[in-house]
Amino acid sequence: MESTLSAPVIFFASIFTNNILLANFLGMCSFLAISRELPSAVGLGIAVTFVMTCTTALNYVVYYYLLVPLDLVHFRFIVFIIVIAAFVQLVEMIIERFSPQLYVVLGVFLPLITVNCAILGVCLFMVIRNYNFLQSVAYGLGGGIGWLLAITALAGIREKIRKAPIPKALEGPGISLVIAGLMALSFMAFSGMIQIG
Amino acid sequence: MATPSIRSIVRKGVWEENPVIRQILGICSALAVTNLMTNTLIMGLGLVFTTAMSCATVSALRKVTPDRIRMMVQVLIIASYVMIVDIVLKAYLPKISEALGPYVGLIITNCIIMGRCEGFARTNPVWPAFVDGIASGTGYAVVLLMIASVRELLGFGSIFGFGVLPADWTRWTIMVMAPAGFFMIATFIWITRSLENRSKPQKA
Repeated sequence: MESTLSAPVIFFASIFTNNILLANFLGMCSFLAISRELPSAVGLGIAVTFVMTCTTALNYVVYYYLLVPLDLVHFRFIVFIIVIAAFVQLVEMIIERFSPQLYVVLGVFLPLITVNCAILGVCLFMVIRNYNFLQSVAYGLGGGIGWLLAITALAGIREKIRKAPIPKALEGPGISLVIAGLMALSFMAFSGMIQIG
Repeated sequence: MATPSIRSIVRKGVWEENPVIRQILGICSALAVTNLMTNTLIMGLGLVFTTAMSCATVSALRKVTPDRIRMMVQVLIIASYVMIVDIVLKAYLPKISEALGPYVGLIITNCIIMGRCEGFARTNPVWPAFVDGIASGTGYAVVLLMIASVRELLGFGSIFGFGVLPADWTRWTIMVMAPAGFFMIATFIWITRSLENRSKPQKA
């Protein structure tokens, strides 16, 4: 049973209506930790988008051409996480070797990405929803851009409210979660546009 | 370093250093599965099992694991236990397994487990590490259940699937959707931190 949605539909749906962060709550940990300043939030967002797109494609190939024929689908958790970790490590080495400037910007975020649940989450959703290769790549890219959009917006809002009088107990993560909730509410307004499973 | 007593480990894990409300760890799944209590309970039990077993294993292997690749080893240990949980759920509770979807697999990247393995199990003997895993997992499960009870009660008018509110109860549909999850956790953090500030007002 294959999903019948076209790739562009999935792409836009995963940015707006099914935002990986605001609708599926994936990648919350780094979302809350790295959203204090705009530049680092954008840096992390770009790194996540890149890794997410590539690992989704890689994991698609590994899953359907290695695990399914060998009847090893139960090992997908282990295999996916190894692929992600190995890919992140590889990217880190390549960036360090060829573009020290980019490494300074993105380098610190790369180790964080291995344990970012959004990446693994996208790979698992891809399997559950039976996407084909093109749909998976669209989903990975869209999910990454959606995540980038959400973390950039949150970081922008947090910079604005730095001087705002927030109740003492709500400072830090508390208020970020309230902002995220309001953002999720406003993203719900998109939900009439497209709908995916 | 003296090994802390079992009692203090339990108290720390469940309340003083509660993973969700104190350290803001593992929020992802905390938000996603808390719209039905049954799902939450299963998720909590799965997490307790995984945390406890992974902590014990990491601790048992702590003397032979090279420092440089310890993260990789930990992730693999965690992933193996999550696989067991996933297979068991699929075999005995296929409905719930389907409802939880990818979130069972996402236990792997749940920062609570990594955090406990790194912060405690790596330097402590097997038995305390095991208890610590159970305590942290329980602390997580309890908070999740509290959040889920509010969301399910207001959203579906039921608890564990049994209707408790009258049938003409207007369901707060928003409670079972994404935004309410954020608001509920924020409220929980707010309440617990206020209580804490009140009990020791002269906090440095």
